[in-house]
Amino acid sequence: MNVKNTLLKLKRHQFLFEELVKRDFKQKYKRTVLGMGWSVLSPLLTLFVMNLIFSRFFGRSVNHYTIYLFCGNLLFSYFKESTTGGMNALVGNAGIFTKVNVPKYLFLFSKNVSALFNFGLTLCVFFLFVLFDRIHFGIHFLALLYPILCLVILNLGVGMILSALFVFFRDVKYLYDVFTMLLMYCSAIFYTVPDKYQIYFMLNPIYAYIRYFRLIVLEGRIPSLGHHVLCALYAVLFFGIGCWMYKKYNHRFLYYL
Amino acid sequence: MSVIQADHVSIRYITGDLKNIGFKEYLARKWRGNYHIKEFWADKDISFSIERGDMLGIIGTNGAGKSTLLKAVSGIMRPSEGTLKVKGNMAALLELGSGFDNDLTVRENTYLRGAMLGYTREFMDAQYDSIIEFAELEDFEDYLFKQLSSGMKSRLAFSIACLVNPDIIILDEVLSVGDGAFQKKSMDRMKTILSSGVTGVLVSHSPKQVRKMCNKVLWLDHGKQVIFTDDVTTCCYAYEEFLITKRLPHSKEEIMQLASDWQERVKEYGEDAELD
Repeated sequence: MNVKNTLLKLKRHQFLFEELVKRDFKQKYKRTVLGMGWSVLSPLLTLFVMNLIFSRFFGRSVNHYTIYLFCGNLLFSYFKESTTGGMNALVGNAGIFTKVNVPKYLFLFSKNVSALFNFGLTLCVFFLFVLFDRIHFGIHFLALLYPILCLVILNLGVGMILSALFVFFRDVKYLYDVFTMLLMYCSAIFYTVPDKYQIYFMLNPIYAYIRYFRLIVLEGRIPSLGHHVLCALYAVLFFGIGCWMYKKYNHRFLYYL
Repeated sequence: MSVIQADHVSIRYITGDLKNIGFKEYLARKWRGNYHIKEFWADKDISFSIERGDMLGIIGTNGAGKSTLLKAVSGIMRPSEGTLKVKGNMAALLELGSGFDNDLTVRENTYLRGAMLGYTREFMDAQYDSIIEFAELEDFEDYLFKQLSSGMKSRLAFSIACLVNPDIIILDEVLSVGDGAFQKKSMDRMKTILSSGVTGVLVSHSPKQVRKMCNKVLWLDHGKQVIFTDDVTTCCYAYEEFLITKRLPHSKEEIMQLASDWQERVKEYGEDAELD
């Protein structure tokens, strides 16, 4: 079975994967004073600034506006960091896989690990904020694992697609920059969405995950089955396309590096 | 039962297509009518086969397609035409310096490079000290890689690589690093590896080296196969003569002729005939 083969291969490359993750971490924070502190500080600062500016306009209609904002920021920054970092997975490691026979998806996965780690740290801070804002911490919070898992898979998929495209068309970097800006404004991070427009916003995968978070944390209810299916669908779709691209173009990458 | 079997392998590079020239240039060329996709055949119609325990030497001038062929054999590239079958696990040392990160320390780089060569963590832990010792870098373990001299970098790279213990080993001109003393050390180490029954493919610019270490030879010139034979001595003599006279042989007779010409030359001028 193809899945079993892939898992065996992964086991074989476990050591390399660990070393790549270590290397990516060290690269990220070399020469900075705060080092890993930035993983936590950066999203907090963004949150603070957004709160300061937007609570004036949109904060009045929302209870716990800071948490509302934080949900959006948390997931969106993870998505953005993971995918823009992943975009460089192939081009940045060209020196290695053009000379040593190493499975290329390892590079993307290792870049995603550091983004996931940062997400984890920020998530802890998020829960602190939730506690501090006196929101009830129920067992239903466990359901948050579901959108997180979906988002991890989505990020891997989008990362694969971007890194493959970036090898062939360096323009992708600039296009994606603008695209993430557009996506951010369409993800209802700092504003609310009236019910009749919800369905259009759900076409945005990131919004689907943000809304899931907000339903659990702010409204204390489990989202519908349809919502669950949609989240999984997005993740599987992008992951599938990403895998297909890597499989198809695997042997053409090095001609363009 | 051959370990490596190549049948009419051809490898092609494409230049001038949309992805290489960009959108603006693509439109401009289409407009002017001179949009051409150029094909460059790095290797054309190469065939050879190697059994267990053989050592194949690949010789040829620069641009002959030797490194490209090695990339195909080690699975990094896929042949555009023909088939290439490899049986057994393989370690390819195509460029000693690849895979190192300038901002990591020597210790961290050693582990990283070892991981890329397919070693396990336990193996690296056990061998780490002897690797550093062989490379003579005991005092430099915590230095950043970019702070080493190029000789030190090559010594470290070679030291990590020569622990490799595969069924098949592929070497692309990696046997000439370091100063005189280190070269001797590395040559001895390589000899031990190569005489342990491993199958190998070696690219070298030194026909002497090929004569000493290989039992089969493949001569490439501008992507085309001149000859594949197990008469290594004759072929190497012919190659040395070709390097001087630039007359490419097109048949077995011409190769024999070149070989005997070379032997004449050596008799007259001595072994370093090419230096006069």
